[in-house]
Amino acid sequence: MTAWITGCLILLLKLGIVLVGLLLLAAYLVLAERKLLARLQIRLGPNRAGPLGLMQPLADAVKLLTKEDLAPAKADRLIFLLAPAVVAATALLIFAVVPFGQDWVIGGRRIPLVVADLNVGLLYALALSSIGVYGVALGGWSSNSKYALLGGIRGAAQMISYELSLGLALVPVVMLAGSFSLVEIVAAQSRYPFLLVQPLSFLIFFVSAVAETKRIPFDLPEAENELVAGYHTEYSGMRFGLFFLGEYVTMVVMGSLVAVFFLGGWRGPWLPPLVWFFLKVLGVVFFMIWMRGTLPRLRYDQLMHLGWKLLVPLALLNIVVTGAVLLLLRA
Amino acid sequence: MTFYGVIFYVLGIIILAATALAITRRNPMHAVIYLIVSFFGLAPLFYLLGAPLLALLEIIIYAGAIMVLFIFIVMMLKIDVTPVSAGQWLKQWFPALSLSAISGLTMVFLIWQGPAPQTLLPLAQASPREFGLFVYRRYWFAVEIASFLLLVALAGAFYLGRKDTNPEEKP
Repeated sequence: MTAWITGCLILLLKLGIVLVGLLLLAAYLVLAERKLLARLQIRLGPNRAGPLGLMQPLADAVKLLTKEDLAPAKADRLIFLLAPAVVAATALLIFAVVPFGQDWVIGGRRIPLVVADLNVGLLYALALSSIGVYGVALGGWSSNSKYALLGGIRGAAQMISYELSLGLALVPVVMLAGSFSLVEIVAAQSRYPFLLVQPLSFLIFFVSAVAETKRIPFDLPEAENELVAGYHTEYSGMRFGLFFLGEYVTMVVMGSLVAVFFLGGWRGPWLPPLVWFFLKVLGVVFFMIWMRGTLPRLRYDQLMHLGWKLLVPLALLNIVVTGAVLLLLRA
Repeated sequence: MTFYGVIFYVLGIIILAATALAITRRNPMHAVIYLIVSFFGLAPLFYLLGAPLLALLEIIIYAGAIMVLFIFIVMMLKIDVTPVSAGQWLKQWFPALSLSAISGLTMVFLIWQGPAPQTLLPLAQASPREFGLFVYRRYWFAVEIASFLLLVALAGAFYLGRKDTNPEEKP
């Protein structure tokens, strides 16, 4: 019984630490992005709140929480109020299957540094990222505004298109690791990261992941110069904040998925595993921010062409080639 | 009642309530959302029965892909919440009730015919690997036929959605 209670306590503690850590990381990612983007555009970026602007996330949170929570009169109220939570919650939940370090042994007790090691972990991540579409689509629809509706429709179309290549790019990874479990996928990369044998898969997954986070150059659902703010045009206060938070948590989560599937997860020489994992995630996220500062927005037909006519066929071809090579090697 | 039993009945209530709401709402968007909730209830039920792969496929395919297309179409429509009209009962409820009566009777017959309704089934866990091997060893022919059917549907959709190259029909 005591073992059961301590198990429960450890799980709760782990959940709390992961949740707070993830939220803090997302909040400071906003600041890091603004700073970096400012440097890329030869500006200074936020530097007023606290030393070097380090209190900016806190000031933003206070501002968003104290603002009035508006809902348009003709909106579908319940759906309008719930849609931002869907985006933020699904993004946070994906992290549950991500292993972020080697198992710890404290007092003879083995503590795996992952919230839940599902034997279908990879599919779980894909399933939840496909649920995130509802937040965008329903938020846009329920606002009862033309800009929001157009943004919602674009978001839904874009996210289902790129989910396909996101999933197909992971099939070779599963073939190499022989498992859907993220812990076992990291274990399978003990000798070399899958980036070295699957560079094409990595590229397809990374591009699709950026498209899933709806960031430049794929930010058509919120294209400012045509749709005001797209699907979250009518949102204010912390409900807008939740959409925003969801986007940054998705960035962190996609960064950690790239790290787990292609960069060997927490594995690395010299430094402790947690630090390696953190560095890899930050590296991927830094690349996403760099892309935002460099690339222009795609046109809608270019976006669809890239997804359906380039990434999906390439991913399918990659699966066939990987399967053939694996078969030859084992024969 | 065991812990799993409690979860089972809670999920059962959620699924039944959401499905009942889905078929009675007059607003198509609300109906679609209740159907999604029902699929979401179904997924943990599969997980509870020892089929984690099916549970996640339920979410990825039904809740995550098919219902998004439904939402997509409803978003394109201008929704008027239509009042109940006179001939509606015959058009909607009669076929629905007769079809569910047929499937209900079949189910009762099957349960009645079942080998041993009183014995408990052994607790089984189908890992993704075992499930895949089982399906491809025992039912490969059915799987191939189903995928061929999907290929035909894909070709059909491609034919319907192709660009019209006939210049005379352009306005």
